[in-house]
Amino acid sequence: MTKLFLTTALAAILAVPTLPALAATPAPGEKLAAQQSYNYWLLDAIKTLDPQKNTDREGSDVINQLFEGLTSQDAKGAIIPGLAESWTVSDDKKVYTFKLRDAKWSNGDPVTANDVVFAWRRLADPATASEYAWFAELANIANASEVVKGDQPADQLGVKAVDDRTLEVTLTQGTPYFLKMLTNASLFPVPQKVVEAEGDNWTQPGKLVGNGAFTLVSHDLGVQLTLKKSDTYWDAANTILTDLKFTTVSDVNAALTRFQAGELDYTEIPGGQYPRLEKEYPDAATVSPKACTYAYILNLSDKGPEALKDKRVRQALALGMQRDIVVNNILQGGQKPAWTWTHWAMDGFAEPENQWAAMSQEDRTAKAKELLAEAGYGPDKPLALSLQYNTSEDHKKIAVAAQQFYKQLGVNVTLNNVEWKVHTDKMQNQDFDMARYAWCADYNEPSTFLDYFRSTGKNEGKFNNADYDAALDHAKTAENPAEDYKKAEAILADEVPGVFVYNYASVAMRNPAIKGVPLENPMNDWYAKDFYRVEQ
Amino acid sequence: MFGFILRRLAVAIPTLLLLIIISFVLMHSAPGGPFTQERALPPQVLANLDAKYGLDQPLIVQMWTYIVGIVTRFDFGPSFIYPDLSVNDIISQGFPVTLTYGAIGFTLSVLFGVMLGIVAAIRHNTWIDTAAVGVSIGAQVLPNFVIAPILVLVFTLWLRWLPGGGWGGWPYWVMPIIALTLSHMASIARLTRSSMLEVLGSNHIRTARAKGLSERAVIMRHALKPAMLPVISYLGPLFVTMITGSVVVDMYFSTGGIGRSFVDSALSRDYAVMMGITILVGALTIFFNLLVDVLYAWIDPKIRY
Repeated sequence: MTKLFLTTALAAILAVPTLPALAATPAPGEKLAAQQSYNYWLLDAIKTLDPQKNTDREGSDVINQLFEGLTSQDAKGAIIPGLAESWTVSDDKKVYTFKLRDAKWSNGDPVTANDVVFAWRRLADPATASEYAWFAELANIANASEVVKGDQPADQLGVKAVDDRTLEVTLTQGTPYFLKMLTNASLFPVPQKVVEAEGDNWTQPGKLVGNGAFTLVSHDLGVQLTLKKSDTYWDAANTILTDLKFTTVSDVNAALTRFQAGELDYTEIPGGQYPRLEKEYPDAATVSPKACTYAYILNLSDKGPEALKDKRVRQALALGMQRDIVVNNILQGGQKPAWTWTHWAMDGFAEPENQWAAMSQEDRTAKAKELLAEAGYGPDKPLALSLQYNTSEDHKKIAVAAQQFYKQLGVNVTLNNVEWKVHTDKMQNQDFDMARYAWCADYNEPSTFLDYFRSTGKNEGKFNNADYDAALDHAKTAENPAEDYKKAEAILADEVPGVFVYNYASVAMRNPAIKGVPLENPMNDWYAKDFYRVEQ
Repeated sequence: MFGFILRRLAVAIPTLLLLIIISFVLMHSAPGGPFTQERALPPQVLANLDAKYGLDQPLIVQMWTYIVGIVTRFDFGPSFIYPDLSVNDIISQGFPVTLTYGAIGFTLSVLFGVMLGIVAAIRHNTWIDTAAVGVSIGAQVLPNFVIAPILVLVFTLWLRWLPGGGWGGWPYWVMPIIALTLSHMASIARLTRSSMLEVLGSNHIRTARAKGLSERAVIMRHALKPAMLPVISYLGPLFVTMITGSVVVDMYFSTGGIGRSFVDSALSRDYAVMMGITILVGALTIFFNLLVDVLYAWIDPKIRY
């Protein structure tokens, strides 16, 4: 008993974060603007403001202001306390105990551990039919899979409220990235009373109750959302912005014009325009890492072409992809050539040495031709493959370029442009040779990328490698998983289940009067409570 | 006449039903579904979703449930893509927007289109005619996806007179209406002009002039009505097209109208929203075609039903 107490206490001391929560902190000498507003751009209509039903980036951008998870992130993406002011982890890393702070919902009710329990059960419950239910499984919350399948009732999920301010979570196995996953909207608390009283409509303005730094004022579908500062937020005293607007402009060029007209404080830079804008607006044009990787997935399944089953052919395709041209001449927005599936900016990722990356493109092309010849392809027996991509100007440009790159190797690539849903459907049915794909991180750790290529992963090309799976299994409990990730990446570099093209960057116009914007967090999560507007 | 209207309304119901069945089948035969995503959903989650939205039922059962819902409760179902909203919510938010800019745009394009056409016809082969034809051809060849960015550039970025998009009071209406109206106005002008020219050359106009009527009386009393017949048959479907919005206008000016939702729902396989808007457009088309037929009988005494 004593021993147990001691270790728990020790774990508690070690685990209690010493960092204070982040807040907007103007530098001395900065003069705050009279109007503390921020106008953010959205490409599309927001599909839902329900944390457990949201599936996309833009939805999270709004939900991150309206709600707060157990943990949050600082400007660099490191984990800091959110709704939980501290936490402890058991020795076997399977039980987390969170101590909630004295926080209130925007209707004045206290946020209790029960609200978290309610939200998590709601996420996994088949009755909710959340498209993000798998996130509870990914987090390894005990019984999540059984609950999602409907084999066990939702109250069997491994989360319970010890008292109003103490939450205990049981995991099926040690999960090094568990605390990082808590910054995802799907694991945010929701007010049980309101959700039960209002049903599916509870996210409408006037009904929505959150625990974030801002509250919802209005929501015109596909037009605009307006939010105002919440007085009930626990750190309201340190929140400076008072008004947030999210404006939908579905045409990127129109959004840019409206940024220039001063209607928006943030908008994405349309493809290829960064060099010009960077000259014209050096203070506003910004590049920051964005945790996604662009690739051409190769179909290694039985339905795939015979040629791709030969490793040498796949290596030739990886070598022949002229990434520098894609990055420097087509995208022109600070993206980096990708030699790994994991984005370079992921926390805890060390890139393995890659001999091909160090070579010049001429040498790579020569090596590629050599490999193809060895595999039996050449001028008299040219290799023919199809490359499928979904409708988009940028995908088309890169595909057309790729067709030219591969022509230099003597490979005839036919392009196959299909609508998005058709593309996805064909990929999931292994009906392709090469297919454009992009994978974005769910949490800031390499396994979010690497799990994709597991034999049991999403893995549309059906890559199957026992050593790869073993390396990732080992990482789950390893003291230093970086080594395992390095090993896994080395296997991908050699086996080439896909041609990795580039690591994304977020290329955006940002009003320089807005301070506190995190440009180093590859997850691109941002919290308007940390921002403020200075007089210009 | 009443018998005619009743008969037409009786035909409208099977027509709509056929429209529902055909769209339903076509839509479901397109590859992928509302929950097809880049990140394929785990099978049990997909099964849960399919069960919630009834997609696990045979197509014929789904269609029956759908039609029963509409007929008995006027319920077009929940949106598949916007889980917090029903189709009725989406249409009741978006339709007033397109109805506003569409109806104003329609009125303006008819008013100016007809005026331009008549003036050009009366002043046939003068510089006025040439100018009017020039203007309308210009307006017709400039598609709205070209006009829209130019408008925003001039009125938002340079002059700072109008907001570059969104929806609210009248300043938000100006650019969408101009972008929507110009080409329709031009079509009406050209149609009016050629029809007017034809009528002005006909016998009853010669008789009217021979009686010594003033030119004004000839045009207003004898030429205008018959010249409007082809224009009116064009206006019925045009009105429906305009009040149900334009994708380009909705997208470029972020008005939140249903023109955009229509295209989006097809691409995202939001079956329910797509069906809802299809039925709305179908019903409006049937109604306004009927209205045009009734107007015809009023304008042209030769037409009897």
